[in-house]
Amino acid sequence: MPTDDDRLTRPLSRRAFLKGAVVTGAIAGAAGLIRGAPGAAEEPQLGPGMAERLGPGAGTIELKINGEARQLTVEPRVTLLRALRENLGLTGTKLVCDRGSCGACTVHLDGRPVTSCMMLAVDARGHEITTIEGLGTPARIHPVQAAFVNADALQCGFCTPGMVMSVAAALQRNPGADLAEIRHATSGNICRCGTYPHVFQAALNAGKVNGSKTVASLTGKVRGSKSVAGLT
Amino acid sequence: MSRRVTLTLGFEGNTRDVTVVIPDDEPTPWQWGERFALVGQPTPRVDGALKATGAARYTYDVQLPGMLYGAILRSPIPHARVRSVDLSAAERLAGVRAATTIDSGEVRFAGQEIAAVAATTPDIAADALKLIKVDYEPLPFVVDLEAAMADSAPSVFARGPNLGKPKSSTVGDPDGAFAKAAATIEATYTSPVQTHVSLETHGAVASWDGDELTVWCSTQGVYAVRDDLAVYFSLPPDQVRVIAEFIGGGFGSKFGASPEIITAARLAKAAGAPVKLMLPRAAEHLATGNRPSAVQRVKLGVDSTGALVAIDLKQHGSGGIGGGSGSSGPFRSVYRCPNIRLEERNVYTNAGPSSPMRAPGWPQGCFALELAMDEMARKAGIDRLEFRRRNNDNPVRAAEYEIGARNFGWAAKSAAPKQQGPLRRGIGVASALWHAVGNSGPEAQVIAHRDGRVELRIGTQDIGTGTRTILAMVAAEELGVPLSTVASEIGDTHYLYSVPSGGSGTAPSNTPAVRQAAANLRDKIFRLAAPTLGAEPGDLEARDGQIRVRVNPSRAMAFADVCKRIPGDSISAQGERIANYEGFRNDQSGCQFAEVEVDTETGIVRVVNLVALHDAGVIIDPLTARSQVNGGIIMGIGFALFEDRRMDPALGVMMNPTMDDYKLPGSLDVPEISVTFVEVANGISNTGVMGLGEAAHVASAAAVACAVSDAIGRPARDLPLTPDRVLAAMERPA
Repeated sequence: MPTDDDRLTRPLSRRAFLKGAVVTGAIAGAAGLIRGAPGAAEEPQLGPGMAERLGPGAGTIELKINGEARQLTVEPRVTLLRALRENLGLTGTKLVCDRGSCGACTVHLDGRPVTSCMMLAVDARGHEITTIEGLGTPARIHPVQAAFVNADALQCGFCTPGMVMSVAAALQRNPGADLAEIRHATSGNICRCGTYPHVFQAALNAGKVNGSKTVASLTGKVRGSKSVAGLT
Repeated sequence: MSRRVTLTLGFEGNTRDVTVVIPDDEPTPWQWGERFALVGQPTPRVDGALKATGAARYTYDVQLPGMLYGAILRSPIPHARVRSVDLSAAERLAGVRAATTIDSGEVRFAGQEIAAVAATTPDIAADALKLIKVDYEPLPFVVDLEAAMADSAPSVFARGPNLGKPKSSTVGDPDGAFAKAAATIEATYTSPVQTHVSLETHGAVASWDGDELTVWCSTQGVYAVRDDLAVYFSLPPDQVRVIAEFIGGGFGSKFGASPEIITAARLAKAAGAPVKLMLPRAAEHLATGNRPSAVQRVKLGVDSTGALVAIDLKQHGSGGIGGGSGSSGPFRSVYRCPNIRLEERNVYTNAGPSSPMRAPGWPQGCFALELAMDEMARKAGIDRLEFRRRNNDNPVRAAEYEIGARNFGWAAKSAAPKQQGPLRRGIGVASALWHAVGNSGPEAQVIAHRDGRVELRIGTQDIGTGTRTILAMVAAEELGVPLSTVASEIGDTHYLYSVPSGGSGTAPSNTPAVRQAAANLRDKIFRLAAPTLGAEPGDLEARDGQIRVRVNPSRAMAFADVCKRIPGDSISAQGERIANYEGFRNDQSGCQFAEVEVDTETGIVRVVNLVALHDAGVIIDPLTARSQVNGGIIMGIGFALFEDRRMDPALGVMMNPTMDDYKLPGSLDVPEISVTFVEVANGISNTGVMGLGEAAHVASAAAVACAVSDAIGRPARDLPLTPDRVLAAMERPA
């Protein structure tokens, strides 16, 4: 991370950035990496031994999130988690430990669970990212999410999105996952309210009913939400 | 006007009649054998889908147009005078919109607030903090509990010594009783500082509109924060609005306008733009509170029948620069004993301040008391559960011991031969006690709309217990409508007053206010329906979504059809939480049985099985109640086995302010848990609901520590029971 005043107070312009790139010799594909305009170039092709030079100023990148291509302007030091929350308003994914030890920021990268606080947004280019919002919404709830509601696999709810993403990935891998597998799949997710037993129950329930898509009647309403659904 | 009513109160096999005087607009308290439509049904929480889909909006998720990001600079050294703070370089950094010093007096712990900035991005705010120049005059410090008690120790506060004055009390004649006792034991038990580790850190989003301040914050008391902010900014309280729609945990650490909330509001005022200031994880460990450490020297004495005749506790502990390290609660009230001497002393150290944490003082007190009870029982040659039975005079707990012993298989497990291999099983039992009957204060409003919707509004908050759900259940029960008819609106000072969520008081304080409001609304609904039904309002009842004549239920109108007769858009009614009646009991007991497996070669402990028995008056929602008990147990396992705030004595800083070095229980640490509730109609309020969050946590660490001691055949007296400590305990002579 740059620390001297000069670099901090004068963010690198696009021209300065390109000049820097030339000086360091890492030019391959660089112009296409930090795009001046959304969609200006396709994904860069870096050959063996070639380095990519980014930043320190903000540049525009494209990420594929919940099936949609999204453009955003971020500094290279911005994590995928912060890009989701601060740049794209996808605040369902939570920041808790900021060092990959609690799992609250879990998203799916090409279907695999990853901690988005440990990944730079620029490194998520070219991958399919699914967030908790992409899994399901209150109106179109995913079976795993519905199972969490019905088993009361949440208390304060702050770990819940990450926990749901870990369980959903585990059941994607093995819909018949047993308790031991579920425990291991959620072993990277810390819940301070201690909701784990109900998480296990929800996961086992969702594993059994996954695919049946039986989403039934509403159990209640709260301010700001249209409907609250759950599996019966 | 009021009426005199005789209530049948108590629990299965143990009820009695109590006569109380009830104001006219107050519903008759729920009694033993009450029949409910919704109350007592396991019910998924009404806001569960918002949480499970990430749609629930926590303070951390509030994004306002033009919002800036705040950050706080903290002292890296534990004791210092601040000679000067130079903000100029930080202020010049592009993107910085406000910078301010935070004067909290002399620096007394590493992590104390020094200055703050607001900038257009979190990264720029972090960069700006690095540009603030602080000239510290370092002072001598002490972070170690025992070292702080020495005469030569550096003073944490100039006003007096680090070792506080003893807080003492004596009942009966302990010395005389010890002298005559058939057997005595004496031992010292230690427990570490535990931090709350709420997953959503402390913080706020503050926004000014002229002289009106709106603050979203992660708090256990929206009204308490409002009042603090009004005083701080010299504003009338109605010019401050505090909102906490969803709160990512609190556990006692989130009361009042803490420094980060005030700082967010100050920065927003200075910058002329909204500011979000949420603490990073390390700051959460350092500065937002903790459960104090404890060193407890316990002496017990019994007579020849195994009755406790004397208890002596001499305790000291440190909550850093804060107080409240006492742990005597369980010693004075869990078991019957005629002679009790208690002495507590607070020790100041240069570490972050304590704050209330889930049953303050009780898990550590219970741990020491219950381990001492085990040592006493073994010395007296009495089964450990039987020893507790003999010294218990609480009928609810007596029932819980029996159910628990059966569910757990205490007798069979006690009789099982000791294993010879490296893996050894052990069992333990510990008793809980708590007082969560709630109190007056809250006022609720319930509104019926012409379209048949019912809204319930009250200025309480949900720190994760399911408050919206149980309040909606109570209102729906009273109005005879399905739960889906009622929307709970909480977490906003625009609603009527409620108390902070502390002392497990949320459910017992709020449910009676809601029930009274709903009953008053129901009476208005009856008046609307009466002419059509050709009956007096007093002859109607509300059930199954209908308003109907009690003696002739076929004469009925749908609740929604009655609402269509509302002349305007809505009708509403209020209810207040009145003072407690004389009830069945004003305490709640509970006990927990634990079974562990200890690897005697590595010292690693695995909790295998935990059986919990609890009572909390009327259980509104057994599903969310069970979640709370699971959580109390698991947090107790953390306290027993893993959690420990470690301070570096040379540098005076916390060595593990992260979530990987500060160890918390995870999914692989969770035992089989069985939870059983003993339902009690206590009639202490119109619902008789008691709080559960703390009661469920009191005995867990103690039960686990007792089981570990049983497994290794030696008392394990020092928490957390990490492998090294377990192995050290095994080295001790039997």
